[in-house]
Formats: sequence, C-alpha cells, structure tokens
Amino acid sequence: MASLADRFNINAQLEHLQAKYVGTGHPDTNRFEWNLNIKRDTYASFIGHHSLSAYHAIAENESIGRVKYGFKQSMLLPCGLPPEKEDE
Amino acid sequence: MHLLNLTLSRPSAITCAIVGSFSAPKVHEIVAARGQVLELLRPDESGRVQVVHSTQVFGLIRSLAPFRFPGSQQDYVICGSDSGRVVILQYSNDKNCFQKVHQETYGKSGCRRIVPGEHMAVDPKGRACMIAAVEKAKFVYVLNRDNEARLTISSPLEAHKGSTLCYALTGLDVGFDNPTFAAIELDYGEADQDPTGEAASEAQKHLTLYELDLGLNHVVRKSSEPIDNGANMLIPVPGAGDGPGGVIVCAENFLIYRAPDHPEVKALIPRRTTLSAERGVLIIAATQFKQKSGFYIFVQSEYGDLYRVTLDYEGEQVKELKVRYFDTIPPCQSLCLMRKGFLFGAAEFGDHGLYQILSLGDDDTETAEASSATLMETEEGYQPVFLEPRALTNLELVDRMDSLAPITDMKVANLSNEEIPQIYAACGRGARSTLRVLRPGLAVTEMAVSPLPGNPTAVWTIKRSAADEFDAYIVVSFSNATLVLSIGETVEEVSDSGFNGNVPTLQVQLLADDSMLQIYPGGLRHMRPDRRINEWRAPGRKSVAKAATNERQVAVALSGGEILYFELNPQGMLVESEKREMGGDVSCLGIAPVPEGRQRSRFLAVGMFDGTARLLGLDPDQTLKVLGTQAVGATPESVLLLDSPAAGKDGGDEGAGSGALFLQVGLVNGVLLRTEVDKVTGQLSDTRTRFLGTRPPKLFAANVRGERSMLALSSRPWLGYSDQGKFQLVPMSYEALDYAAGFCSEQVPEGFVAVAKNTLRVIALERLGEFFNQQSLRLRYTPRKFVIHPDHKVLVVAEADHAAIPLAQREDLQSAAAMETDGGAQQDGAAGPAVAGPEADEAAAAREDQWGAPKGEPGQWASCVRVVDPVGLETTHCIEMDQNEAALSVCLVSFDSAPEAGTLLAVGTAQGLKFYPKECENGYVRIYRFLEEGRRLELVHRTAVEGVPAAMAAFKGRLLVGVDATLRLFDLGKKRLLRKCEYRRLPTRVATLSVAGSRVYAGDGQESMVFLRYKKADNQFYAFADDIVPRHITAALHLDYDTMAGADRFGNVFISRLPPEISAQVEEDPTGGKYAAQTGILGGAPNKLQTVNNFHVGEAVMALQRAVLQPGGRELIVYGTINGAIGVLYPFTSREDCDFFQHLEMHMRQEHPPLLGRDHLAYRSFYFPVKDVVDGDLCEQFPQLPADKARGVAEELDRSAGEVLKKLEDMRNRIV
Repeated sequence: MASLADRFNINAQLEHLQAKYVGTGHPDTNRFEWNLNIKRDTYASFIGHHSLSAYHAIAENESIGRVKYGFKQSMLLPCGLPPEKEDE
Repeated sequence: MHLLNLTLSRPSAITCAIVGSFSAPKVHEIVAARGQVLELLRPDESGRVQVVHSTQVFGLIRSLAPFRFPGSQQDYVICGSDSGRVVILQYSNDKNCFQKVHQETYGKSGCRRIVPGEHMAVDPKGRACMIAAVEKAKFVYVLNRDNEARLTISSPLEAHKGSTLCYALTGLDVGFDNPTFAAIELDYGEADQDPTGEAASEAQKHLTLYELDLGLNHVVRKSSEPIDNGANMLIPVPGAGDGPGGVIVCAENFLIYRAPDHPEVKALIPRRTTLSAERGVLIIAATQFKQKSGFYIFVQSEYGDLYRVTLDYEGEQVKELKVRYFDTIPPCQSLCLMRKGFLFGAAEFGDHGLYQILSLGDDDTETAEASSATLMETEEGYQPVFLEPRALTNLELVDRMDSLAPITDMKVANLSNEEIPQIYAACGRGARSTLRVLRPGLAVTEMAVSPLPGNPTAVWTIKRSAADEFDAYIVVSFSNATLVLSIGETVEEVSDSGFNGNVPTLQVQLLADDSMLQIYPGGLRHMRPDRRINEWRAPGRKSVAKAATNERQVAVALSGGEILYFELNPQGMLVESEKREMGGDVSCLGIAPVPEGRQRSRFLAVGMFDGTARLLGLDPDQTLKVLGTQAVGATPESVLLLDSPAAGKDGGDEGAGSGALFLQVGLVNGVLLRTEVDKVTGQLSDTRTRFLGTRPPKLFAANVRGERSMLALSSRPWLGYSDQGKFQLVPMSYEALDYAAGFCSEQVPEGFVAVAKNTLRVIALERLGEFFNQQSLRLRYTPRKFVIHPDHKVLVVAEADHAAIPLAQREDLQSAAAMETDGGAQQDGAAGPAVAGPEADEAAAAREDQWGAPKGEPGQWASCVRVVDPVGLETTHCIEMDQNEAALSVCLVSFDSAPEAGTLLAVGTAQGLKFYPKECENGYVRIYRFLEEGRRLELVHRTAVEGVPAAMAAFKGRLLVGVDATLRLFDLGKKRLLRKCEYRRLPTRVATLSVAGSRVYAGDGQESMVFLRYKKADNQFYAFADDIVPRHITAALHLDYDTMAGADRFGNVFISRLPPEISAQVEEDPTGGKYAAQTGILGGAPNKLQTVNNFHVGEAVMALQRAVLQPGGRELIVYGTINGAIGVLYPFTSREDCDFFQHLEMHMRQEHPPLLGRDHLAYRSFYFPVKDVVDGDLCEQFPQLPADKARGVAEELDRSAGEVLKKLEDMRNRIV
C-alpha cells in the first residue's frame, strides 16, 4: 500500500535524520564524505573511551591528555584535503 | 559453556575526579570515576585516603561535576556518561551510597560524536549545567529548588551548532547575573569544502560564550572570539567580588586570561631545558581552590610539572598573569586541591598520590616564573622561560594509592611454592613501570616483633579505664605464669598492675566501673579501681576451664561441664547469679559486648565437646536457659558473637545496636560456621560454612575501622569485617598466628597484638578493601610482554618505550654516575655507556618516578630485556637493546635440530618503529641462551626479518614468528635462524600466536582469529577457519583443540569454537585441506568459527590466563585490563547454578538498574550481543536492594533472601 504520500514521507524522515544525526548518508554521499564521517566517529569514540585513549598513550609514550588533544585536532581534517569538485 | 564474570579487583586507574562536600557539610571528599566504577574517597585525619564507598555503574563515566545551591553546604554530583542521560547523584549518608536524584534522557547511548556526555560544566552558583558532545550538541539544564528544597531540573535547552568541535567547556563565575558558559570551539565546515586547503589552514579556534537568559528561559550564543589555535582547556577564574572573573585559556605553551571586554593577558608556560624546541607544553590538568583570603590555581603540564598561576588584578582589571613553577609530580588525569592544603593527584598511569602543600613557593626567588609583563617576542617567536625539574620542595607526599594501571601483561603461576598461585602483572608506563606480584589477601605491616621467654599461650590488651583512648597493658599468659607489659614510649614489664603473675591466665577484662578482672584456673581475681582485690575461688577440686566476659557479665565454665554466670552489680561487685550443669565438657564460651544503652548482652554462646553449639539466654527470667542448639559436626574450637554490619543500614529498625547478630563458630576441622541468631528468641538459622585452613580457627574480636570485627586464626589469619555494609572474610598476607587481640596505641591506632611461637608481634592492616596485596619491582621502560621459564623459575620481561632516550645516551644519568665515581671508588672500571639503569639506584629511581624520563624524538626507542628472579623479586640480568631496537615480544623455544642448546629465549625486536603511519626500518629475532641456572642471558645470534615480529611461539621444535601479516617458521642455524616455511596471506598483522598439535591459532590485529594447519609433507601452512566478526585482538588464550578465548582492544572478551564436525572433517581431509583452502569465500577461510561466549568488560583486556585461584578449586579464566582491573570468568559447573544466576541477573536488571542510567544488557552488549555470560558484579549488588525488593526477587527465584545471599557468597568462595 505504498502510496505517493508515503514516499514523500520517507524522504521527509530521511531529511529529518540527516539534520539530526551528523553523518547520515544520502544518495550523493561520496567516498570522501563517507570516510570523513567514519574517521570523525572513530576519533570521537577514542576520546570517549578512556581505555582506548590510554591504549594509544602507552603505544606512543605520551600523556593521555596530549593524546586526547591530538585526536580532537585530527578531527579537523581527518583524511586530508577534500577532492576537487567535479563541474556540474 | 556458560560463564560468570566477576571482578576481583576494581579498576585502579582514575579517569576523572572532583572534590566537594558530598556526604556532610564541610567534609572535603573526592568523587572519583574509575572507568565504570564510581567511588567516594575521603582523606582521614592522618592524611590517608580511605575508600568510603565504591560502586559499579555498568556504564562509562566520562565527566563529573560537583554543584551546590547558594546557602547549601553539600554538593550534588552531575555525571556525564555513555548512557545518553544526565544523572544527578546525591550521597546518602544513612544508606551509605549514591542515590539518583534526577535522570534526564537526551540522546542515544554510547560514546558518540554528537551525543553529549564528554564535557560537563556547571554554573558556580548552581543554577544551571551545560553538557556537551565532542561535536555539535550542547544542552543546558536549569537547576532549581522547589518549595520543599528538593532539586528540580528543567527540560533541556539546546545550544547546538553544526560542524563545530568542542575542546573544552566551563561555567564562568558571574555572580548572580545570567549563567554563562565558555567553550573552545573549532568550526570545520569550510575546511571540508575547500580542496585548496586554504580554509583548513585558516581554521581558527574560538572562545564562545553561551548565556542562559533565566528570564526568557533561552540560551544565546553571546559572543565568539578568535583564540590561540593551540587552546585545549579552560579554567574559570572566580569573579563577582572574589576575583576578576573571566577565564584562563590553556593553550600549547601559553596561558591566556580572557574576559568579556577585557584585553588578552598572555603568559608563557615555563618549559624544561631538556625539551626539544619542536615540542609544545600542554596543560592537562588544573585545579582551583577558593578561600575567603583569595583563590589558588594550579595547573599541570603533560610532563608532570605543576605551576601555580596567580593573577594580579584590581577590580575586574587583570594587570598581570604569572605562571610559576611549583613542583613536579607524575602527570595527572585530575588534580583536586582541598582544604588543609591537601592536593590529590589522580595519576594517568601508576600510583595516585595525596600531597600536602608545605609552602606556596612565594619566597623562593630562584624558581622559574613566567609573567605576562615580561613576555618577550623575538623573531623566532616568544623568548622561552626554562625550568629545571627538582625534588619535591613545596609538596610532600602523604599517601599513595596503589594502582595497577595499565596492566600490559599478566601471568598466573606458583613460582614460590605457596598454597595458591601468585599473579604476576607487568604494570605501568615509562619510568613508572613495575612488575608486581599479587597475592589475594590484606597487606599487613609489621610494627614490632619481640622475642618472649618461652611459648606464650594467649595475649590480651587492656585499657586502664573505659574512657581511655589507648591500651595500657599487654597481658601475656604462659602455661604456668602471666606477664604484664605496660605500653608507653616503650613496652616494658611491670609488676604493680595487680595481676597475679604466678598463674596462667584464661581471660582478662576491663569492667564497666574501670576495675580489672583476671580469670585463671583457680578462680577470678577482681581488681577494683581503688586497688582492693576481690578473689573468687573455684569450688572444691574443680577449676575454671573456659571463660567469656564483657564489661558487665562474666561466664566461666568449670571442668566437668558446669557454667557459672556472674554479673557486675551497681556496687561494683561481681555477683554469681546462676549456675547450670551442661551435661558435658564445654570447649569454648563466647559473649557479645553489652549493647549501648542496655544492661546486659542477652546471649551466651557455648561450644560443647559433643559437637554442638548452644545459645544460652542471659536475661533475668531465662538465665542460662538453652535457647538454641546447633549440631556442628565437629568440636567447636572457638565461638564469637558478632553484630552484622548491616546494622543501621535501613535505619533504626529496633533501637540501638540493631541489625542481625551472627554466631561464628570455628571447628577443629578448620571450618568456620556463621549462623544467624534471632535477636528476640535466640533461634539459630541460616548457617554458612567456609573452610579457612588446616588449623582450627580461633576467633577474636578486634576493632577495625572503629567497628567490632573478627580475627580468625587458622593456618593463615583471616579478617572478618564489614565493608560497605557487607560482611567480608578475607585472608591476611601474614604467617600463622597463635593468639591475638586488638591493639590501640598512639603509634598504632588500630592494630593487633599477636603471639606466634615465642614472639610477640604488633601488626597493622594497610589498605582495607584492596583485594590483593602487592609487591613490586621497578622496571626501566614500559613492559610489553613477559614469559616464565618453567624449569629455572625466572621471568623474562621485554621492555620498550617509544620517544625515549636509551640508557647509553642518557647524559643526565651519565653525568650523575660520573660524579659518583669521582667521589668514590671506581666501580669495576665501568664508565660511560655501562651506567646501570635508573631503577637500580633508589635515588635515581625516585627522581624518575617523580618527573619521568626525558623525552626523545618520535621513532627513537629505548628498550631492554630483563631477567627477574620472582621469589627474591630482583633483577638478575638486564640487556639494553642498541641500534634503536625495541623488544616487543618474547618466547621460549627449544629446537629439535639442536637439542643440546636446550631452552632458548627468542626476542622479537623492531628497529626504528614509527606510528602514523606505522612503519619500521627492520625487525629482528634475537636468540639468547640461558646461563647460570637462568640468571643470565647470552646472545646467540640475531636474524633480520623485514617487519615487526609482534608474536612468536614454539611450534614442533621450531620457532614460529608472526612478522606483520606473514607467518614464518624458523629453524636454528649457526649464524642465524633459517627460514623453513612461510604463510603470507593473513589479514593485517599477527598479534598473538598459540599452537596445539599441528594447528596454529593466530590472532589478527584487526580480523579476529585465524586457525591454520601445518602440513608436514608439503611443508605448508593453510588457513582452514576464521572468525566472522572483525576484532582487534589484544590477548588470546588457547582453551582446547577447537576453542580459543580472546579479547579485543574495545573491551570485549569472547570465546570462539570450531564446530566439532568441521574440526573432524579438517582432521580427516585426505587432501589435507589443500583444496579446501582454495575454496574460501571472499578471501577468507572456508570454515567459520562459532562464537560461544561474548562479553563486554568495558576496558581493553590486555592479558588472559587460565588459573586455579584456590587449593582444590576449579580452573577459570583470569583477565587483566588496561585500567588495572583483575577479573575472572568462571565456568558454571551445574545447570542449576547457571539457571539461578541467569535468573538473578534478569531480576537485578529489572529491580536494580545501573546508577547512571545505562541499560545493563545494552552495556554488556556494547559491541557484540552478550552471549552466555552472567554478570556476577550485578548479581553481587543484590544485598544493596531494599528489603522488600530483595524479598520479591528472592521469591521469584523460589528462595529466601538469605539463601540468595548464601548462594552468592558460596560462589565467591568457590572462586577465591
């Protein structure tokens, strides 16, 4: 019983999700954006889980404070510069 | 297989700590989060940090903040966790636990990017709090009081801003103006869109102020001003009359004072001279303390240097910002400055410390100080200010809290031939690394040991008067005499005490009217305070065999089985009031002290040689009437009546001294019985048994933490005491004692005096509540792996530190050594590079411990291999690695091709390993030979491998090495190892290797387990099975031929098994799996493992071991985590137990949801759904349920609450 209204509705729901949750995909998500979100999510998880920060801190022999700061800094450009936009 | 998870020792790392008055006004306390454990700590009068309360919250605590309302004197705690909820807690003094006041849901659970919980800030006036995520989301909750002064919380107000990272958050002190919060923010929106990189390089951090308009109930982004791009932390400055207000922004190398409409005031952070110019100085912890006279701010850099920050201000104008080097302590996760000048430093790794501030360092003119007034800008940037780290001058260490964190490797073995195996844990990081030996039990300090003439039979302590604080005499009884020692500055013999020294003594007691009583076989000697002596003689030819006393009551058993009962009358006379023939010899007597506000204790416990324990009444209407009898199956050796610690937990259920009463009976067969006594009728019920040791337990009462507790002396001493409302019976790590009594003196406020053979000892307990007692050996660098040589019984530890300076290049140490040799005799002609490690020298070790080893360049490694004698706990040999090699793995191997070489040690090293991206110049496998019974090592040869040899194993008389993603089999050659076979197609990198038969179980760094088989005929490996889920393996444990247990770095533990039919098929395959290996799907192996168990521990598990922790106990899995927790996974033996615990867990989830609002089932299924593992930690919270709920849960389980408790206790006793 999928009517036209439902389809619009699904789109509306998607838009709502995209607005609410950073990183929700859409049909035009490119490889770079996808990667960007994965990496930012990962860094946020490292910061949030103390034991993961500690794990990195031991490997690098840095203080946990420095490692967490480093993760936050890495969230600015986690996968390098974005690719050139193709002409539309 | 069903497992029970039980944490033996909670995580010892502290992830976050705050200070405030939580339990009562004006008490300075610390609330510390230890991963998933919330604790209340309180430094006592003598400056020792006591754990008041500790609870598992089954969720990750990420941020904490204290807050209080104006006029109130007690703080609430706001917790940010991974539950997607903000929780406000209050410490309840009568229930002795944290209670949830509010819980508001705002988002999804988990540590996500845009779900708040990471940052928490409160308005200093307690009117609002802000909770923020790493990115985008910020919520403000308005806090208020209703008419009954109860805390209310508003619905959340959003202050989101998309594509913005939040670095730090704090509440500004604005007095009673609208609450304002400051945040360091960075907008990445443009950088994501700009392919030229211009926007990214111009990305600017901003200091953003959010104002909560209380009138409009609305949050506005008030201002956003650019700030130094190295900013990472904010410290609010007291305002509104107490100071200038505003905020100090901590940035790399700088501290910057900022306030609205105020020019920026900037000062450098002094840096160490040894630091290379490229490295910044980052502030990682800060604390402030406000007094009437002013405020104090202390900050700590990532190297551990503490600075005192002072502001020179007039009104709201800050003229100067000064940063002065204060002292150096290990880098801290949180600092807490408290009243009386205490500073608590919760170290990132290793032991935490409580320090006393001796001086503020104002008068010291030589200390490095940077000021905003003298900030000099040159062409190369700002002129740095240097400091030299020094020994503690302004601080004094008062107390240390042991911390195992991080455990990098752990093994369980019985190397010193004790009753139970020891746990060997490699702990710590860098210069603070240790190898610790853990034994279950309380640590005991021996205060004094003195020999006595002959073997004493008993010992007591006695005060001179009931009002006295300290004990006055120690009375020691021998088989034919009694010795009285007086306690003063020294302990010496006295003869004027009034005691009869020519007879052996049975009991000594101070009575309520300050008279003393000595009971000896011939009778009673009552010494009145006015030195009059009353004697009572045993009738006829009978003698006193046993006696029990308290302040007002005396019961003696005569030989032949007659019990006489005396009471102290108001005239101060002991009057015989009743007599009873027991019909058999009495083996022991026990009487409880008189409850406060009562005339007498109501019960007398009697142990009979016929194998019964009886309870006699002492009330006037039923004196010496038998109220309860219990057949105990063996002769009781000793009885003790002990109040349950639950007294007062539910608050005054029936007057003073209420709570259940327990009868403890020690039997000759070494068993301790604990039976509940009905306080009204004296009925005995609900007996629990515990085997304590091979000697009959003798029971004594002694004060522990001010509460009457039990000392049980069997083949080792045990202590039964109440810990947070629960009765705990724990072994003490001390030799067997014959007799003991409580002891209280000026030097030893709470201890025991005991006799063991012919010595008198005074001992005290160190840390109550710690499950293990520790011995430690200092290491030089972070331990990576260690092995135990089973024949020589030595440990070999591989240690390595990144960005550290190897010993040979340590100029500071060499110059120190040179100075020493100049002054003293030349030692062995050793000079220059042959400096001993800093850990060998006490002074150098203390220095390194305090301020850390100097920092090296990235890619520079310092490493060594160390041989440790585990019994004497000393290093017998230590080889420092050269050429920038880092020892990362060790393994013992004996080669079939060279049986004469015996067992050799293989050490895997990586040369010039670098991270981000991970690369290394070369890898080596070094082979060492053991010399002198394994006390020394000698290099045989080393073989280059072109990758990191992270795991090794002995396999079929050869050495199997995992080099990055390849598996290589080596044989021993004369000059090097000879490559025999190789397998190249492992997914990412080999993290662990285990072998059994011709199977190899490789744990991959990212792709879980791979099972391989070696085919001898073809000299080939092939992978025949792998796992279906990706796991970043950190530890693996081989359980049986088809089963592996493993752990990943996200904190999961799992057990995977190859289905038996596939296992059989692989074994019988005529092609030897040759074709099977080629039919794999999507690059994987043809067969897949099945997950048997899954469990989320909550922190990365670094080591797994099989062990038996009890004589005659069952084998279980022990794990050690990065936060320093030690836990076990116990396989259920019966379906019945398993069902019981599963149901109990289910009901506990319903009735006792975790404190911070995280769903227990969801937490234990954080990454993978929990499978067939019952969380014993949750089940053990059963005693915390309110009585009616506990009854309800027990009913659901078809048991009584007591039976549930008994079952829980039994289970714990079965494990340890």
